[in-house]
Amino acid sequence: MTATLPTPRQANPGRPGAGLTVAIFATCIADTMKPSVPRATVEVLERLGCTVEFPREQTCCGQIMTNTGYFDQAVGSVRNYVRAFGDYDYIVGPSGSCVGSVRHQHEMIADHAGDAGLARAAGSAASHTYDLSEFLIDVLGVEDVGAWFPHTVTYHPTCHSMRIAKVGDRPLRLLRAVGGLKLVDLPEAEQCCGFGGTFSLKNPDMSIAMASDKAHNAVSTGAEYLVAGDHACLMNIGGILHRQRTGIRTIHLAEILASTAKEA
Amino acid sequence: MTTQPEARPRLTPAPPEVSWLGMPPFPEAVKTELRRSQQRKNLAHATHTIRGKRALRASEVDNWEELRTAAENIKDRVGRHLDEYLLQAEAAMQAAGVTVHWARDAADATRIVTDIARAKGVDEVVKIKSMATQEIDLNEALEEAGIAAWETDLAELIVQLGHDLPSHILVPAIHRNRTEVRDIFAEEMGRYGTPAPEGMTDDPTELTDAARAHLREKFLRAKMAVSGGNFIVAETGTLVIVESEGNGRMCLTLPETLVSVVGIEKLLPTLEDLEVFLKLLPRSSTGERMNPYTSLWTGVREGDGPQDLHVVLLDNGRSRVLSDPVGRAALRCIRCSACLNICPVYERAGGHAYGSPYPGPIGAILNPQLRGLDSPVDKALPFASSLCGACNEVCPVKIPFTDILVHLRHKVVEKKTEKHPTGEQALMKTTGRVMSAGKNLEKVQLASRGAGLVFKNKWLGPMPIPLASRWLQARDVEAPPTQTFREWWDKEHRPSAAPGETAGGQGSATEEER
Repeated sequence: MTATLPTPRQANPGRPGAGLTVAIFATCIADTMKPSVPRATVEVLERLGCTVEFPREQTCCGQIMTNTGYFDQAVGSVRNYVRAFGDYDYIVGPSGSCVGSVRHQHEMIADHAGDAGLARAAGSAASHTYDLSEFLIDVLGVEDVGAWFPHTVTYHPTCHSMRIAKVGDRPLRLLRAVGGLKLVDLPEAEQCCGFGGTFSLKNPDMSIAMASDKAHNAVSTGAEYLVAGDHACLMNIGGILHRQRTGIRTIHLAEILASTAKEA
Repeated sequence: MTTQPEARPRLTPAPPEVSWLGMPPFPEAVKTELRRSQQRKNLAHATHTIRGKRALRASEVDNWEELRTAAENIKDRVGRHLDEYLLQAEAAMQAAGVTVHWARDAADATRIVTDIARAKGVDEVVKIKSMATQEIDLNEALEEAGIAAWETDLAELIVQLGHDLPSHILVPAIHRNRTEVRDIFAEEMGRYGTPAPEGMTDDPTELTDAARAHLREKFLRAKMAVSGGNFIVAETGTLVIVESEGNGRMCLTLPETLVSVVGIEKLLPTLEDLEVFLKLLPRSSTGERMNPYTSLWTGVREGDGPQDLHVVLLDNGRSRVLSDPVGRAALRCIRCSACLNICPVYERAGGHAYGSPYPGPIGAILNPQLRGLDSPVDKALPFASSLCGACNEVCPVKIPFTDILVHLRHKVVEKKTEKHPTGEQALMKTTGRVMSAGKNLEKVQLASRGAGLVFKNKWLGPMPIPLASRWLQARDVEAPPTQTFREWWDKEHRPSAAPGETAGGQGSATEEER
């Protein structure tokens, strides 16, 4: 599906989000395990002038069920997503994978359930759903969000952000505009980190082999932080980096964009 | 693969005792394969090299994406009207003097080829590299009938002489390096024909010279050749084979009889359609602009090439695949192996872990469809992928691998019996219920917050908890926080008030203990 991309708003460069109401899609994993990621997302959006709302009914994109083959069990998530977000023009999540699943799989799951009304509603909600990097660049028309992060970082383009949500180089453009930040290339950047949802449990040995190589490549850059737009992938790579006491930390793109000179 | 009766010694090198479907399922097989250091080094080197070449060659073609779309459309049209195109192809081939055979399954196909060989009175055949004959295990069927099948593709020869199994569609001996090849040639060639020269080193030129001498003898002697086919043009009945070594050309020109075993999905409507595929295939496959040898022949021509031509049209599960609206896209495959070469899982596992001559992403979607979901090997294959989607992007016929994998996972789940629900089924059912309402998720978060209170900002190391230990054996994990996002939103979030101000200094990432 193609997201409808409104004309970038450049009338008010300081507060390009002024007048826009945005629903934050926190994602179940970050809501529960890493609240600093959706909090940082809220902070960036509000700094840019958006009015952020948190629809409490939200849960999960359903991907864990869908991608393990449990289509029936994913229907509740799709229905719930539509219920939580159906009225919003802008739904923004800090995850290429969850956003990608909403856009690429929700209609399929609704069709599987034989619910044409749900499929229509899911398609509509999906067309209003953005990864944070897409929303900032395509809707707000900003690359420099006023962030300050004086560290050396390397960027891992997560598979689903790159190939399902298709965020392209937007995260890199945002990172290059961050004050004080030094960006170094990650070798084999486009190779999967081996997370793959339940793949990491069903094929643990392969998953570890892939994650170890990703961690090794991250170490080879000499960066202080490995940054990505998906917390689940960061948990995978970061888990190895921490176990091996490499000293490299993982950080979500939203967390870097939320950092300002005032805090540093 | 069956054991040979004592009475008759084998004619060709014996493959491993284990059959493809007798192999351990993917997650088990991987445990062994990941420890093969030499193989992993060989595979990493080979896949990275060919991956880079493919990307370069694809980038040279301005309308690459349009070509992919054209190929997708042509193949889909063939699938939609397969019944008509098959009859058209049969009539055209018969008119050109080809004997056309129909094979419902592997047993049919091997019997047809064996009968032709027997009728011709030959006790050996030379073979062009062919995936269809690997699929039906033709060599072993011929061996049992007392007919020696000699592989003449260099890599297939390495596999055959090495008593091995193919591990890649294009480069079946990709798991071997040249030192291993030297040892296999030195040890085995003399047992089955012209021996390797004394003192042969692992220099590629010396190795190919040895192969050339060994094979030349067989080419000149053979009265019958067996091939597959890359394409059959329905309107003209033309068979097309693309290859790189010239061994195919030898098989197509020297023997009097040629039998081609071709999957029914290999049809193209017209010669014009071939143009699209001859551009896409070599660039996607070997990373070459054009493959060295492209042979097209339409029936028998007196005094030129084989005088007795047979085509065996092979179903072997394909019509069943065609009946699945999602899965049928796998039948577009032109066996280029771009999906294998780009795949991070294949690169580390190698081909044998997939339990089929079709390994990698295409194997993961094709085998469970062609063979059905009955064996543990085939049930595991749809899950042998992290769904990274790299294969989707390089496929010249735009097969949506990850969508088909997810679709097949659903089929595996559907096959699970409701009578004895597995732990996974229970877990997914519970997760489904939790995620169907915000208030349910909040209840679960009470537990995660409780765990957060216990472990307080700690990282958790290895723990003997079922399932979790699969993750924790190699990775630490941060303890869940005591405050979820939604709790923070309720209790602490205040929208930023005025332009230029930040949200009160709370919630910034850098302040937190990560």
